[in-house]
Amino acid sequence: MNTSKLTGRMAAVMLATVALGGCITVNAPEEPIVIELNVNIRQEVIYRLAEDAGNTIEDNADIF
Amino acid sequence: MGDMMTKMTKSVLAAAAMATALGGFAAPAFAQRDPAYAAARAAGQVGEKMDGYLGIVGAATPALRGIVNDINIKRRAVYSERAKATNATIEEYALTAGCQAILATTPGEKYQAPDGSWQTRTAAPPLRDPRCP
Repeated sequence: MNTSKLTGRMAAVMLATVALGGCITVNAPEEPIVIELNVNIRQEVIYRLAEDAGNTIEDNADIF
Repeated sequence: MGDMMTKMTKSVLAAAAMATALGGFAAPAFAQRDPAYAAARAAGQVGEKMDGYLGIVGAATPALRGIVNDINIKRRAVYSERAKATNATIEEYALTAGCQAILATTPGEKYQAPDGSWQTRTAAPPLRDPRCP
């Protein structure tokens, strides 16, 4: 069996599957999807703001 | 007469100064948490989120929503002001404050771990975003 025949058969099988199914089912992954919050915020920015943010929390103890 | 007025003025000023001094001592250096907020925090009904805001941990009730919204509106105002002062965006400042607020939780309080799950703070360091200082 040569490669082109095999490819042809595979294509036929795939076509048949799609045609018979009518639609493609996509299953949700088992694992929870982790969404990285604010991925674009860089660590150096956080380090720069850390001291100020710490003081802000201390100065506004009623809302933290 | 003039002398008496001076004396009176002096004593009034002294009293005012005293009151100011006493007031300074009487009022706590920093305002404290509202009792309802403190109770919800201690009960683990609200927790510190990674983004710098407060979240409801279990089932939401109107009372909890009220507390959380009130706190978060105030936090946002503070973040906005400080972000402007430090040339940062509100999100950057809030995320940084979230790092610190999670670190400042006491054992028994709830906080959000990097995977989004709610965790109870223990004596061990909290699970935080790797970017946190």
